[in-house]
Amino acid sequence: MSNDRLDTTLSRRQFLHSTAAAGAGLVLGVHLPAKLSHAAATDAASGPFSPNAFIRITPDDIVTVIVKHIEFGQGPLTGLATLVAEELDADWGQVRGELAPADVTRFAHTLGPVQFTGGSTAMANSFMQMRKAGAAARAMLVEAAAAEWGVPVASVTVDAGRVKEIAGSRSKRFGELVAAASRLSPPTEVTLKKPEDFKLIGTHVPKLDTPSKTNGEAIYTIDVQRPGLLTALVAHPPRFGGKVKKLDDTKARQVAGVEDVKILPEGVAVYARGYWAAKQGRDRLDIEWDEAHAETRDSERVITEYRELAQEPGLPAGRRGDPDAALASAKTVIESEYVFPFLAHAPMEPLDCVIEKQGDRYEVWMGAQGASRDHTALADELGVPLEQVQLNIQLAGGSFGRRAQHKSQFAREAAHALQAIDGRAPIKLLWSREDDIRGGFYRPIYVHRLKGGLDADGKIVAWQQVIVGQSVQKGGALETMFIKDGVDLTSVEGAANLSYAVPNLDVSLHSPELGVPVLWWRSVGHTHTGYTSETFIDELLTAGGQDPVTGRLALLAEHPRHRAVLTAAAEMADWGSAPPEGRARGVAVHESFGTLVAQVAEVGRDAKGSPKVERVWCAVDCGLAVNPDIVKAQMEGGIGFGLGAALTGEITLAAGRVVQSNFHDYRPIRIDDMPHVEVRVLPSAKPPSGVGEPGVPPIAPAVSNAWAALTGNRFRRLPFRGARA
Amino acid sequence: MKLNVNGRERDVEVPEDTPLLWVLRDELQLTGTKFGCGIAQCGACTVHLDGRPVRSCMTAVGKVGEAKVTTIEGLSGRVTDAIQGAWHEIDVPQCGYCQSGQVMSAVALLTKSAKPSDADIEAAMKGNVCRCATYHRIRQAIRNASDSLEG
Ligand code: FES
Ligand code: FES
Repeated sequence: MSNDRLDTTLSRRQFLHSTAAAGAGLVLGVHLPAKLSHAAATDAASGPFSPNAFIRITPDDIVTVIVKHIEFGQGPLTGLATLVAEELDADWGQVRGELAPADVTRFAHTLGPVQFTGGSTAMANSFMQMRKAGAAARAMLVEAAAAEWGVPVASVTVDAGRVKEIAGSRSKRFGELVAAASRLSPPTEVTLKKPEDFKLIGTHVPKLDTPSKTNGEAIYTIDVQRPGLLTALVAHPPRFGGKVKKLDDTKARQVAGVEDVKILPEGVAVYARGYWAAKQGRDRLDIEWDEAHAETRDSERVITEYRELAQEPGLPAGRRGDPDAALASAKTVIESEYVFPFLAHAPMEPLDCVIEKQGDRYEVWMGAQGASRDHTALADELGVPLEQVQLNIQLAGGSFGRRAQHKSQFAREAAHALQAIDGRAPIKLLWSREDDIRGGFYRPIYVHRLKGGLDADGKIVAWQQVIVGQSVQKGGALETMFIKDGVDLTSVEGAANLSYAVPNLDVSLHSPELGVPVLWWRSVGHTHTGYTSETFIDELLTAGGQDPVTGRLALLAEHPRHRAVLTAAAEMADWGSAPPEGRARGVAVHESFGTLVAQVAEVGRDAKGSPKVERVWCAVDCGLAVNPDIVKAQMEGGIGFGLGAALTGEITLAAGRVVQSNFHDYRPIRIDDMPHVEVRVLPSAKPPSGVGEPGVPPIAPAVSNAWAALTGNRFRRLPFRGARA
Repeated sequence: MKLNVNGRERDVEVPEDTPLLWVLRDELQLTGTKFGCGIAQCGACTVHLDGRPVRSCMTAVGKVGEAKVTTIEGLSGRVTDAIQGAWHEIDVPQCGYCQSGQVMSAVALLTKSAKPSDADIEAAMKGNVCRCATYHRIRQAIRNASDSLEG
């Protein structure tokens, strides 16, 4: 999912401004919104101390941090808890994490009045908020202890989970102060630590969710049990845009365990005791589909149409100098066309939702990435005020963007499925892997056409790029934010703002419509622009007789952070040295979501003669790394995820039907294709930026560039191991 | 029908062709075993039958017979401790959804051969998909666990 990049940048500037103004002390005025401090008063002496919406401390000394961003592997549970623990001076062993429910009044994103996770913004938007929350709780514990001991607050400190007198010997556990602290009002101003005093931030604290994710105890949506629960499977139309015309459910109803069959706006739902019966029932449905408005094209035909469109310039998206004149007078002109397929996200846990009617209220369990949007959609569909829907955000088995839908289509399907049986039993709506692979909301097909010009000295003087592909924002919740003058900024990010100092540039965009639903996919526009920018610059540099690393560095004079990661990755890979026999190295550097990543890939050939990536060196600058090990893990994962898509990821349509159906033909990367990865996290004092997505864009071009160095051939069509590569 | 699951005798009433996965999850509420594909392509549903790793999504419950079924909830012993310890040590899981299956396959591997080669590791773990691509750490954790068992 993407976010408003401009606002992120803005808030970073504001942050830097406050930091600078505060000088060495980093003293910030903090106003926790009234609603955040509503829980301050707890009467019962044994009750918890909840100084704000994000923290609960109980008499048993446990500090529970309420995390407003969904956890699907990218690490906010641990990361955000670390921020609180740091300022609270808690001992890491006493800290727990808990996902916040959907409640936009308490858990909105700092970018606006919505609760969501996306655009790799979780850490950036929580960095100050969670630290302030921790500092406020600390101040209240100190105040409570000082009052009890009859000493000034300045003589009391907190260290590793104990509140103590600085000069004296008295000390108390957090739990012993819960009752007294609960009677205090939260401070309006708090002092935050200086970075040099950090004890947890910047270190490797063990992840809070590792134990339960290693012994099977972690509960995901699919694991939620309710008394009398029915599993619901929905038969969806085989072509996008199809509708149910006629249904014969006789055979389905004969399956033991099948309780009901209903027509929904989305298809036909089979309700059964357990998944297996539901699946048996669904397999026996006899449905005639109305496909009058369905998409019936082949994906190959779509690509042909896009290639034709790419012959002509589209809407202007980025321009420098006079590219036409520069191309006309260039000594050498290189032209190249790239084709990118549809990609499914295929998170490991298929889409699922548990939904239950409880009198005039509803309770829902779901890995909702766009939490407040899904919450509103559910209330809408169920016809009740928001307050009557409790949406519990569950741990999710991956997402990669799939669980954040503009119009909450999946949440609506769950509501429809419950309503169709009048809420008489709680249901677990579960998509099979086939539903997932064939369910649309793909990374769109894109075609890029590029023209580059070199002068007589081999210097790059012109760059012209036409991009063709569906907009993932059109008609969506963020349309007005992202589509400017017809140009979807997320279709051209990473291209229109090419970092290289090419004096004459022209980037334009066609956004044709297609009856296939599309969505952001881990790193959004950078999934394709990162590839074209980084392989085409490589091609031009090579044509001009330049080294891929030094050539890039020379064009990045204005971009010191690019230069730093590129230099680091080249150094890690010992770029100048000869690679082992039968291998070559390629490089790519790309900025996305405020984070800079450079990767060098060392590539050989596998038994079938296709690329085999042996090693990857990765350097990342994501500002201050709150948990460097999580940053590394996200780079490793991003590399594997991006590499898998580049090698074999491809969804195709035959007469509108999705050809692939499961992991045997939509092939994910497996352990034997995972390279050895080394990651270096560059030190930085800048505020943190995201790491969930930025590891993805550089890997495909780095591998492609290595392949070109090895074989002289460039991959212009993805995936590399696809039939048409 | 009687099943021996994690050392306990369990009685279930389901059609014989029901995959073991759904008996574990829907009948016995043992939800640590996960559903990822249903066609033996991802390994999320891996359990042990008499210590041998199998994909429970393609194992008809009627075929289980007397075999001892072990799920992630019932794992124990020296190899299990070594694997789970190694997983903790370097924080292998990301979303975590595939990890029950990864742990089941890794424990089976080290039980069979305490000192697997890289090729052995790949062969044993190739059936377990991780969409978060934690493979780099899985490989490392298995090596670490193997070393710790030796020591
Ligand atoms: S669910 Fe059994 S192998 Fe995927
Ligand atoms: S940790 Fe997410 S699928 Fe493996």
